[in-house]
Amino acid sequence: MRNPIEKLDKAFNNKIRLGMMSALAVNEFLDFKTLKNLLQVTDGNLASHATALEKLKYIQIEKSFIGKKPNTKYSITQIGKKAFTLHLSGLAELLEQTNM
Amino acid sequence: MEKEKYIQDLADIKNMMERSSRFISLSGASGILAGTFALIGAYFAWTILYQFDAHFMRSFVTDLPKMVVIKLAVVAFSVLGLSLLSGMLLTQKRAKSQGRTIWDETAKRLVISLATPLVIGGVFLLILLSKGLAGIVAPGTLIFYGLALINASKYTLTDIKVLGFSEIVVGLLATYFVGYGLFFWAFGFGVLHIIYGIWMYLKYEKAA
Repeated sequence: MRNPIEKLDKAFNNKIRLGMMSALAVNEFLDFKTLKNLLQVTDGNLASHATALEKLKYIQIEKSFIGKKPNTKYSITQIGKKAFTLHLSGLAELLEQTNM
Repeated sequence: MEKEKYIQDLADIKNMMERSSRFISLSGASGILAGTFALIGAYFAWTILYQFDAHFMRSFVTDLPKMVVIKLAVVAFSVLGLSLLSGMLLTQKRAKSQGRTIWDETAKRLVISLATPLVIGGVFLLILLSKGLAGIVAPGTLIFYGLALINASKYTLTDIKVLGFSEIVVGLLATYFVGYGLFFWAFGFGVLHIIYGIWMYLKYEKAA
């Protein structure tokens, strides 16, 4: 059997990135303001973590404008969903092991 | 210890999934207020109708004088307006104390999922009313409101589903017992809202 530790994704070691993935996993998309409020982070902090996840192709960032206001939408990709599910099952299995 | 970190991570994930997909700042007090407005409104509606005819509406089709319909519409829209206004103000206050903004993506989805059945039902009932089917309005508003609540329960506390099904049961009873629509309406929008508001307050707000 594969060691569950290998299922854990280093990208989700960070609390903000883990929170971002959790929120995006259950929403079709979230906008910048909503995500920022949920995670309680600064604009720059949110943007840099989002870019990191985008580079891994875990999330998709879609920039557009409503009138003159920028409107950025974040959504999870298939690859991201897979990685997140794997990470979750890794966490669950590790807990099961330590309980034995 | 590692184990504690895993437990904490899983708890954080669950918490974030809940918070990001549901609008949970609806205030219990606004339910109590809306119920009270509905009861006061129902009392006014009753005096308007009673003046007109003690045996009003024994069937769905009634020929209400125009003045009576206008008076009833004023009462109905006052109740709706006051309930929405107090609901928004109280919910805003609650959202603020939770450190959330009232108008975020979850709130938007909640409002859209509530409004869709309500607007369709409202237009449908107005058309029926224009054809003289006044007796269907009270049961109809209860049923469509119940459907709207069930539809919206995806985006807020699931307790609202219970209220939705209760409203539908009251609406169906009101359809069967034509002529007592106002009493069922007062029960559904008045008494049920007050009970639900108190229940929500005790469950989520008192401890916090």
